Amino acid sequence: MKRQNSLSDRRANITFKWEWLLVILIIGISIVNGRLSSHFWSYTGIMDALSVFLEKGFMVLPMALVLIIGDIDISVASIVALSSVLMAMSYKAGLSMVVAILVALATGAGCGYFNGLLISRIPGLSAIIVTLAGSSIYRGIAYILLGDQAIGGFPSWYSYLAWGYIGGTHIPFIIVMFVGCAIVYGLLLHRTAWGRKVYAMGINPVAARFSGVPVAKIKQIIFTLNGLMAGVAAVFLTSKLGSSRPNIATGYELEVIAIAVLGGVSPSGGKGGILGVCLSLILMRLLRYGMGLINVPGQVMMVIIGIVLVGVVMLPNIFGARRGRKRRLKEAQ
Amino acid sequence: MMQKSTQLEKKVLSLRLRGFRELGIIVFIIVISVLIGIRNPRFLTWSNFHDILIDTAALSVLSVGMMLVLVTGGIDLSMESVLALTGMVAGMMVKQNPQLSPFFMLILGLLLGGLLGSITGLIVAQGRVVPIIATLSMMYIYRGITFIISGGKWINAYEMPDSFKAIATGRWLGLSKLIYIVLAVYLVFYYFVNHTHTGREIYAVGSNKEAARIIGINTQFITWLVYAISGALSGLAGVMWVARYASAQNDTASGFVMTIVAACVLGGVSITGGVGTISGILLGSITVGIINNALPMIRVSPFWKMALQGLIILVAAIVNIAIARNMEKSQLKRRVV
Repeated sequence: MKRQNSLSDRRANITFKWEWLLVILIIGISIVNGRLSSHFWSYTGIMDALSVFLEKGFMVLPMALVLIIGDIDISVASIVALSSVLMAMSYKAGLSMVVAILVALATGAGCGYFNGLLISRIPGLSAIIVTLAGSSIYRGIAYILLGDQAIGGFPSWYSYLAWGYIGGTHIPFIIVMFVGCAIVYGLLLHRTAWGRKVYAMGINPVAARFSGVPVAKIKQIIFTLNGLMAGVAAVFLTSKLGSSRPNIATGYELEVIAIAVLGGVSPSGGKGGILGVCLSLILMRLLRYGMGLINVPGQVMMVIIGIVLVGVVMLPNIFGARRGRKRRLKEAQ
Repeated sequence: MMQKSTQLEKKVLSLRLRGFRELGIIVFIIVISVLIGIRNPRFLTWSNFHDILIDTAALSVLSVGMMLVLVTGGIDLSMESVLALTGMVAGMMVKQNPQLSPFFMLILGLLLGGLLGSITGLIVAQGRVVPIIATLSMMYIYRGITFIISGGKWINAYEMPDSFKAIATGRWLGLSKLIYIVLAVYLVFYYFVNHTHTGREIYAVGSNKEAARIIGINTQFITWLVYAISGALSGLAGVMWVARYASAQNDTASGFVMTIVAACVLGGVSITGGVGTISGILLGSITVGIINNALPMIRVSPFWKMALQGLIILVAAIVNIAIARNMEKSQLKRRVV
């Protein structure tokens, strides 16, 4: 009993510290960005800095859930590509843009449902292999459909989704959408019984199953959500780019997972929350903004993001192990 | 006594199933070859078969490394980037010093790849980062470093000395030298995996890590070792690849990790660890090589390759699980009787 208490205390403590650490980092990076660019410290500057590439934010929210239940989904980038290509093709085939957007969402949800179905129904088939195969299959289908072509020429109102502002104000539409989604996910994960079950699955899936948590069903829902949000991201990304190709969103899976993990979500499951994920999204965005100011090429940014991801997972493990050993030594004495 | 006989039965059963599986792949290879041969007779010629073997050389070397990692229950997505980085370094070196011997370059590839792989191994074994996250990061990190050192430029065929390109074009007894490299790798690793303590310990760690630790196996060392080996083999494959295609690019082998995993899973390697044979992955690699070679021959657009490979991985993984479950079931039945 005592041990359990100290464990939950320690976890609360860590998340508390972690989110403050993110805030401090955000402030630090903002100061550096402000020194690099005189346009940074203005309302429009910050809003624009945050809204560019916010489509990844839509993917980070459900990815946090996937990681919390101890799984991983590396097919999201490919789902974005397939959703975007199918949306563009159905618009080109004469459907209205609204229907085409629904096609994108349905494609995303469908791919996610397929992932979830295989992972939850076939025991022994891990999320790693299913989503690895999925990442090849979904982008492969996008290539089969479109080859090396691109489709553009969407109606002009469609670009409003990524570039527009809420009427009269200077609040980007995409930020409002994202904040809405983040609140929904935050409530779902932190304020409902369903959310508690998600954590229970991540901490101990076997125990969760024996205490009546519908493990397979929740897994199915979470992977479907992940696909659906990849569809949402596809809608916004295509709106931002103005055209669709099979090779869009390459490498997004790394960045999305990195943002979630940097936000305090443990890749081995059971830890993390939506607030941390949102803070880390802002942090990563500002970091990219600053690197863009000093002309860091995209490939080098991927190197830095990779190092950040490995470092964030590795450092607590190393220090945690050392602390654990010390505590055990003390107990032994 | 009783115990011993059931164990023997188990062993015979698993051997028979494994044999059955590999026979299945061989039958599949023959059937698919005949079918493609009917569509395009050029497929069934010796020179095309030789081409398939050369094209599969890098893949079959890589699948050995991937198999060892998969057997421990991990996965190494960074292999394709280690390949690209080593290939780029090799290409730049022979461009600067054309007199370097090809043999030296192959050894250099092994060493450089081994170094890169052991960094990944340290992160997984000592840093206790989940393999998929560690290797996904390393995949982008090594790819980025390739871009940085090359400055975004290619090394072209005319910048490489003939002696280096001869690694792939050279013949010995009518067969490409690449095929001998593959044979050497497979012989070494067949011995290593089946007849050395360390080799068997890899399987022990993959079957039950905790038990392996308790009986005194240094699981951290084994985990590090498999990533170092997979890096070394990726480096070797990188030199082979650059010599074969006579160009080193920033996006060399981009996405190739899918092909490697497909070859392994098709060859019967279990993703959850503990299962995998050298003969199986050789057959798996050849099958994937045949499929890749046949697609253009039967006029399938190359855009199909990606989706098809994903599908192969998925179906083969499901078949592996079904076979494993059947095996367990029949073992359980025997125990009840």
